[in-house]
Amino acid sequence: MSAKIESFPGTPLSQADLDAGKVLTTYWKPKLEYGWDAGVAISRYLEELKNGRIIGIKCSRCRRVVVPPRVVCEWCWEPMNDWVYLQDTGTVNTYSICYIRWDASRAKEPQFPAVIWIDGASNAGFLHLLDEVDPDDVKIGMKVQAVWKPAEERAGSITDIEYFKPL
Amino acid sequence: MGMRKVAVVGAGMTKFMRRAQETGRELAYQATKMALDSCEMTLDDIDSVALGTAPDAFDGVHMKGEYLSDGAGAWNKPYMRCYVGGGTGVFAAIQGWYQVASGLFDTCLVVCEEKMSSCKPHPQGAFLTIFDHTTERALKPNLIWIFALEMNRYMTVHGLEKKDIARVAVKNKRNALDHPCAQVAADITVEDVLNSEVLAWPVQRLDVSPTSDGAASMVLAAEHVAKRITDKPVWIKGVGWSLDTAYWTNRDLYYPKYVESAARMAYDMAGIKEPRKEIHVVEPYDPFDYKELHHLEGLLLCEKGEAPRLTADGVTARDGDMPVCPSGGLLGVGNPIAASGIMKLNEIFWQLRGEAGKRQVPGQPRTGLAQSWGDLMQVGCVVVLGI
Ligand SMILES: [Zn+2]
Repeated sequence: MSAKIESFPGTPLSQADLDAGKVLTTYWKPKLEYGWDAGVAISRYLEELKNGRIIGIKCSRCRRVVVPPRVVCEWCWEPMNDWVYLQDTGTVNTYSICYIRWDASRAKEPQFPAVIWIDGASNAGFLHLLDEVDPDDVKIGMKVQAVWKPAEERAGSITDIEYFKPL
Repeated sequence: MGMRKVAVVGAGMTKFMRRAQETGRELAYQATKMALDSCEMTLDDIDSVALGTAPDAFDGVHMKGEYLSDGAGAWNKPYMRCYVGGGTGVFAAIQGWYQVASGLFDTCLVVCEEKMSSCKPHPQGAFLTIFDHTTERALKPNLIWIFALEMNRYMTVHGLEKKDIARVAVKNKRNALDHPCAQVAADITVEDVLNSEVLAWPVQRLDVSPTSDGAASMVLAAEHVAKRITDKPVWIKGVGWSLDTAYWTNRDLYYPKYVESAARMAYDMAGIKEPRKEIHVVEPYDPFDYKELHHLEGLLLCEKGEAPRLTADGVTARDGDMPVCPSGGLLGVGNPIAASGIMKLNEIFWQLRGEAGKRQVPGQPRTGLAQSWGDLMQVGCVVVLGI
């Protein structure tokens, strides 16, 4: 059918069409606010971050230790309630060097988002940022350690860890 | 299993565009009308409608299913809307398939639409809620991070270079030069990709599909109806879909196991034992160039880490041994999220009927596959089509 059809529907607009005011557009800028409760497992996780510690949780069936903690092992469907303190060190599982912001505009300084597998967990970890690192030196497999905010500035948030730095 | 045979009998789509004059419902109407006209059917012949489109926050339109219902031809019919992120297109086709396979309906329209240009300043902002509100959003992530993280893991585990991956963008954008709906078809080189703006290393501008407005539709029919409508039905031989853990930092991103699970389900249903030999033309989901490679491996169409070499050797070229994304893919035709999955199924439909024109792959393919991927990088949807 495709071969027989000469012209497909749809009318592309060009920047010139927009500049010339040929398109009527209605704008709306909503102000939405939400407050998300942390829940049972993540509340404990955040409290421990405030204490300067990373805590994970262990499944009674598969023995997996995971972080962030959760109330149920998604693979075994067993309740999880065996809390385990982890190291504040880990391994860079993967990373990126990011030059843009959330709206696709250019960032002034590059950021180093990374997945860090935490020592003491079973091939599990979380998203965070690297710093004190040169773009040429950052590597997958690199050992890193958390850099904590001073105790009085911690608020019970993932940002109580400022970033991870190379060990 | 007591399932009825289901055929694709009609296909339609709009151009894929950076910004369309038409509204979403107008695009949905255009694609759906084209699909019905293509098989000389009218809306009276349709029993039910399956719709795929992004969540309401994306367009700022509440109850988008209802909003699109007139264009989708859904009034006074059993109607459902589904969404699994980028996986939506092929997922919606699977929803339509079991409405007919189950015996509930004899015909079903599958309609997918996206108008991404409505979200200002850039639809990336609408994706931010995919990150966990408490443990991730406080880090102020942007959407590209997860793709960059997955791409780097894939490259590092297999020891790949950027040029190994850039060839996919070159191939697909060139293939799209022959697609009349293409938004970003181009004759570019590997050097162009490697020299394009770095967004989030290793992701560069030309590694990425664009944001798009567009719609695509298909008509499904039970066997006894399909044989009345056309002498060239294309059968849905197998379907599969699967989900991995949403704790994406707890799994190794180098390999999409959930795509393998979905593929195995579809191959079992289709009776396919050796996919590499039995699948003649492939449309894997390619919102980024590395994803085509990642998905070919998950689909068991090559060994883990082998897809870049197949690409370099021309095996996946349109005239190669296993043509991949002869349409031009999302990288070339464009990526109006849900609609792009139906674009892929429509391409396989046209390829198997020998109606793909300048894009026709040689060798009269008899079996093809379309796959899509989405949610938090953990949904795989696969449909195997055959004649
Ligand atoms: Zn378990």
